[in-house]
Amino acid sequence: MSLLELRGVQKYFGDNHVLKGVDLAVDEHEVICLIGPSGCGKSTLLRCVNALEPIQGGEIVLDGERVSGRGVNVNALRQDVGIVFQSFNLFPHKTVMQNITLGPIRVLKEPKAAATERAWDLLSRIGLHEKADEYPDRLSGGQQQRVAIVRALAMAPRVLLLDEITSALDPELVSEVLNIVRQLAREGMTMMLATHEMNFAREVANRVCFLESGLIIEEGSPEQIFTAPTQARTAEFLRRVIEAGRM
Amino acid sequence: MTETSTGDSPATPALLATPGAPRRRALPAFRSNLTTAVAFAISAGISAAVEWWMLIYFDQSVDLSGSELAVCRAVEILLGLFGVAAVFYGLLAVNRAIAANRLAAASDPASARVRAEDARDAMWFVVGLGLTALIVAFIAFLLGANDGALRSVMFDFTFMWKGHNALLNAFWLNIKIFAVTQVLVLVWALLVAIVRLLPGRACAPVRILAIVYTDVFRGVPAIIVIYLVVLGFGLARVPGFDSMSKDNQIFWLAVLALTLVYGAYVSEVYRAGLESIHWSQAAAARSLGLSQWQTLRHVVVPQAVRRILPPLLNDAVALQKDTALTSIVGYVEVLGAAQLLKNKYFNLSPVFGAALFFLVITIPFTRFVDYLLKRDKQRTQGGS
Repeated sequence: MSLLELRGVQKYFGDNHVLKGVDLAVDEHEVICLIGPSGCGKSTLLRCVNALEPIQGGEIVLDGERVSGRGVNVNALRQDVGIVFQSFNLFPHKTVMQNITLGPIRVLKEPKAAATERAWDLLSRIGLHEKADEYPDRLSGGQQQRVAIVRALAMAPRVLLLDEITSALDPELVSEVLNIVRQLAREGMTMMLATHEMNFAREVANRVCFLESGLIIEEGSPEQIFTAPTQARTAEFLRRVIEAGRM
Repeated sequence: MTETSTGDSPATPALLATPGAPRRRALPAFRSNLTTAVAFAISAGISAAVEWWMLIYFDQSVDLSGSELAVCRAVEILLGLFGVAAVFYGLLAVNRAIAANRLAAASDPASARVRAEDARDAMWFVVGLGLTALIVAFIAFLLGANDGALRSVMFDFTFMWKGHNALLNAFWLNIKIFAVTQVLVLVWALLVAIVRLLPGRACAPVRILAIVYTDVFRGVPAIIVIYLVVLGFGLARVPGFDSMSKDNQIFWLAVLALTLVYGAYVSEVYRAGLESIHWSQAAAARSLGLSQWQTLRHVVVPQAVRRILPPLLNDAVALQKDTALTSIVGYVEVLGAAQLLKNKYFNLSPVFGAALFFLVITIPFTRFVDYLLKRDKQRTQGGS
C-alpha cells in the first residue's frame, strides 16, 4: 500500500480551477519530482497535501487514513508531512536554534534540552552548528534554506514536501541545498518535490510527473520522461527548457 | 492573431532606433550661479539686520543686573553670531561664484563646475544659519514684547520653584494613572485587534461589535469620555466602584475611561501590525503543526509588535500627556495642582512648570525607544 495517495484532488481559487483531479500514489522511500510550467499547479498540489490549502474534491490519504476534508486534525497531519518553501520562511525574530526547536517544543512537547540537543546534532551534520545563535537575516540564502530543511526534519516527518526550494537562490548556492536533498534521498526519506532543476530531478527522482493546467499529463521514470516523452506537451516543455539552457 | 510557424530565423523587428550607430550626448554647458549667490548674500544681510533688531528689542526689555545680565547678553551675542555667520557664507558664495565664472572664461569648465558646486554648498549654509537665527530671534522678540509681559506671566521661575513640591506630588498621580492604564491598554487592545481578525461568518457578530467599539471611541473626544465615565459612573453608584473611597473611585474610573479611549486607538495599531506580517510566516508556522493560537503567540504577534513599536510609543506618549485631562473631573493631578497654584499666585508659571514635568518623562522615553529600535535592527538585519 502506498504511503501517500492523492485521489482525484480538485482545487479552486474562486472560479479558477487550479487542480482538475490529480491522482498520484507515493510509496515509502520514493522520491517524486513534479515538473511543469509556472502556474501548472505544482506548488498548490504540495500545499494541499500539507493542508495549507483546503481541497474542494477528491481525497488525500496518508498511510490508509483520509487526511483531507472536514474533521481532520490538520495539526497532527502536519507532524507527519513537512514542507520547505521557495522563500525559506524562517522566523526572522527567532535565532536559527529557536526556529528549529519551536515545533518540537510546542507541538511535540519535547523538553527544551532534548530538542536543543537534537537540533544541534542536525545542524552540525549540515555544518551550520556555528550559526545556531544567529538570526536568519545574517545567513546566506543557501544557509537559510538548509536551516529551513532542518526545521522541517526536526519534526521527524514521514513525508517531506519541497516547493521549488532552489528557485530563490543565487546559482552558486544551489548545490549546497541540493546536496542535502540528495543525502535525504539516499537515506530513504519519502519526498515530493516541485522543481525547475531538471538535471537534479533526473538524478534524484524515482518517478517524474509532468503537470500542466492542473493535471498530471504524463508520469514515468526520469529516463523515460527526459529522453522519450510520450506526450507532445511534455516534449514541448522540455524543448523550451533546453532552449533556455537549463538542461 | 495567427501564430506564425517557428522558422529558423524569423525576421524580428529591431529594438534600437538605429542599430549599430554610435550613441553620444553632449555634457551640459557651464551655468553661472552668480545671480543666485548675490541674492542669497543680500537675503542673509537683511535677515541678520532683522535678527539683530529683534535681539536688541529683547535686550531692552530685560531687567536683570550683574552676572545674570552678563549671561543673558552672552546668549544674545551667541544668537547674533548666527546671523553674522549667514552673511559670511553669503559673501563666500558670491566669491566662489565669481571664481567659477573666471574659470569658465578661462575655458576650464570642469574646475568651474566644481567651484559653482562649492558656491551652492555655501548657499545651503546661508539657509540653515539664517533661518535658525531668524526663528530664535523671533521667539526672543515675543518674550520681550510689552516689556517682557509674557516672560513674567508664564515663565517666572520663582513661582515655579515655590510650587514645585505640590506639583511633584500631583505629578506622581499622573504617572500612576499612566502606568496602570498603559498596561491595561496593551492587553485590551490586542484582544480587540485579534477579535477583529477572527475569520468566518460565525464570528461576524463579535467582529462587528469590535468595529463599533473602535469607531465610537476613536470618534469621541477623550475629554468627553472622561467626563461621562467618571462623573456618570460616580453618580450612578455603579457596583464595584461604589464601595471605593472617593480618591480610589476617581482614579479607577479615570483609568477605565482612558483605557476605553486608548484601547480603540491602539487596537488599530495592533491590527495594522498583525496584517503587515506576511501570510507565509503563518503558513510556515502552521506547516510545523502549530495551532492557530500558537502561531499568533509565537510567530505573528512578536513580529507585529516589533514592527509597531514606534506607533505604540506614540500612543504611550499621547496617553501620558492625556492623563492631564482628568483634571476636568476635579482630580488633583499635576494640571489640577497647577491651576490651584495659578489661582493662588495669579500667575501662569506653575502651569508651565507642569508642562516641564511632562517633557522630563516624554523626551527620554522617545530616545529610549529609538535606541531599542536601532538595537533590534542591528540584531536581526546584520550590521550596517
